[in-house]
Amino acid sequence: MADVTLTPGAGFRRGTASPVTERPAVRLALMLVAFAFLLVFLVLPLVVVFGEAFAKGWGAAAATLAEPDTLAAIRLTLMVAAIAVPLNLVFGVAAAWAIAKFEFKGKAFLITLIDLPFSVSPVISGLVYVLLFGAGSLLGPWLKAHGVEILFAVPGIVLATVFVTFPFIARELIPLMQAQGTGDEEAALSLGASGWQTFRHVTLPNIRWGLLYGVLLCNARAMGEFGAVSVVSGHIRGLTNTMPLHIEILYNEYNIAGAFAVSTLLAGLALVTLGLKSLLEYRYGDELAATGHN
Amino acid sequence: MDLSIRNLGKQFDGFPALDDVSLDIRSGELIALLGPSGSGKTTLLRVVAGLEQPTAGAVFFGGEDASHLTVQQRNVGFVFQHYALFRHMTVADNIGFGLRVRPQASRPPRAEIRRRAGELLDFVQLSGLEKRYPAQLSGGQRQRVALARALAIEPRLLLLDEPFGALDAQVRRELRRWLRDIHDATGHTTVFVTHDQEEALELADRVVVMNRGRIEQVGTADEVYDAPNSPFVYGFIGESSTLPVRIEDGQLWVQDRTIGLRAEGAPAGDGTLHFRPHDVELLDGCGGCIAGVVVASRRVAGSRRVELEIGSAGNRVEIELPADHRAAERSRIAFRPQRWKLFGDGGEPLPHAGHAAQPKAMAGAN
Repeated sequence: MADVTLTPGAGFRRGTASPVTERPAVRLALMLVAFAFLLVFLVLPLVVVFGEAFAKGWGAAAATLAEPDTLAAIRLTLMVAAIAVPLNLVFGVAAAWAIAKFEFKGKAFLITLIDLPFSVSPVISGLVYVLLFGAGSLLGPWLKAHGVEILFAVPGIVLATVFVTFPFIARELIPLMQAQGTGDEEAALSLGASGWQTFRHVTLPNIRWGLLYGVLLCNARAMGEFGAVSVVSGHIRGLTNTMPLHIEILYNEYNIAGAFAVSTLLAGLALVTLGLKSLLEYRYGDELAATGHN
Repeated sequence: MDLSIRNLGKQFDGFPALDDVSLDIRSGELIALLGPSGSGKTTLLRVVAGLEQPTAGAVFFGGEDASHLTVQQRNVGFVFQHYALFRHMTVADNIGFGLRVRPQASRPPRAEIRRRAGELLDFVQLSGLEKRYPAQLSGGQRQRVALARALAIEPRLLLLDEPFGALDAQVRRELRRWLRDIHDATGHTTVFVTHDQEEALELADRVVVMNRGRIEQVGTADEVYDAPNSPFVYGFIGESSTLPVRIEDGQLWVQDRTIGLRAEGAPAGDGTLHFRPHDVELLDGCGGCIAGVVVASRRVAGSRRVELEIGSAGNRVEIELPADHRAAERSRIAFRPQRWKLFGDGGEPLPHAGHAAQPKAMAGAN
């Protein structure tokens, strides 16, 4: 193949591919970079986590998982996620609805506020609750007098988690709902549907994939949140330790295998979440295409 | 059902989208709201539907004040510009939606809803497409489904917002005739919004010409075309040419010449002459006519548009000639409008007995 002269014919042959398609060498390089990055920063650590967990054999890992403190941490993590995710589902849909479908004063401010948990360090997010409900705060004595425990108890952990994971669902829905506009809702109303029927039969189906994606992301973060929860939890074993906190404790006690065993479980939950999302996309791919957004 | 609109006003952030609009529509009429973008026609349609709250005035449905009714209570069929079909529902489910969301007491059984949806699909000539999703339909098909969905609720009124706006020319013409047939078959009082005058004139019983939130003129296609009551309507409906003139002694003058048009009864002063470019009579001699130098000539379909410069003030008018007319080769053309109208400086029509004066035989133009 010596015909590298710039004849029109050569140009045309190259031009049979789409003009935005890069040359094979460039494509290969781009793909290699992407894969190498994922390999070094994502796959290798995961492999190490699983490897370390089972370094002392299946028995050691299983023993750590069967400890009452570990089981309590797993239970607490699942419970916190089970409370935080539905709450943020409601808040997220409400916020996205308000922002995307109405005009009101302070809208830009609300959008900025929604991003706040992303821009603030999780430690601060936790400290906010300490300052709000702690012994030295205004509310502290009153709470204590009435026997309400928020800090160093489950309510505090839930609050911190809700705060940190708030943007996931709202952020996912706002652009989607803005792009869809209010035409479908107006059509439903003009056909006689009530507000609730319109939401249930028109708005919700229109946003369900974005909503599901947001819920999965929110759930993953709710289970994995460390910083904010660490500040408000108090690290009471078997009571206020979530899985990430429990992992830290195990690690600090040089129980490396144990720490990695619980890590495996947490990473496993993330992988399940990812798998679930892929499965849904695969299973409902046709319908996704039919609904016009994916 | 009769529809009566009384003194409607609608302000958007201080900008009047509708300004004291009143209109009476008789039962079974097919009405076009015609105007440029921003003229308030879509706002008017949405206020009638209850999708927009007016800041003043009232809407009456057959004598009943509907102003306080919600969208749902008004029971109007609204067809949206971009159809607003529900993406996740099949065609049949889209059409049946209005029946399915009814309260239990008035909701037909499932089988009945399915049957009605099928009937309506036949009616809009889309039989067999029940199970398709909107994404799998062409633009024209979606438009038909949107109409079937609106008809399914047995509306008191059918409102269509730019029903053919998003379709290509061929499909538009086809659907236009089809909509007329549907209207004649169902007898619904129908109002549609369009910015396409051809569509409005061809389809509607009466055309409502709107401009800047106000109604300029209401009339049949003949009335708004032949007897426009404002410079805006004259310019917006059909082609028009204008020429500044002076009125003196019941005659029209351009600079120091009379142009052979008598305007008895018109007050002396300045005005603007409006006429249709094709509605002119060419003259050989010019003693009482408009004469101008040809500055441009364009072939448009079956005719030729000739642009003339009149007098020394540089006013330009356009006239239309048959494509093969020999006058098109001349450098100077003299003509006289056969039908014309005079408007004052404020846009008010000036009264006159509009007819051409008897031409005097005189040599002049080459």
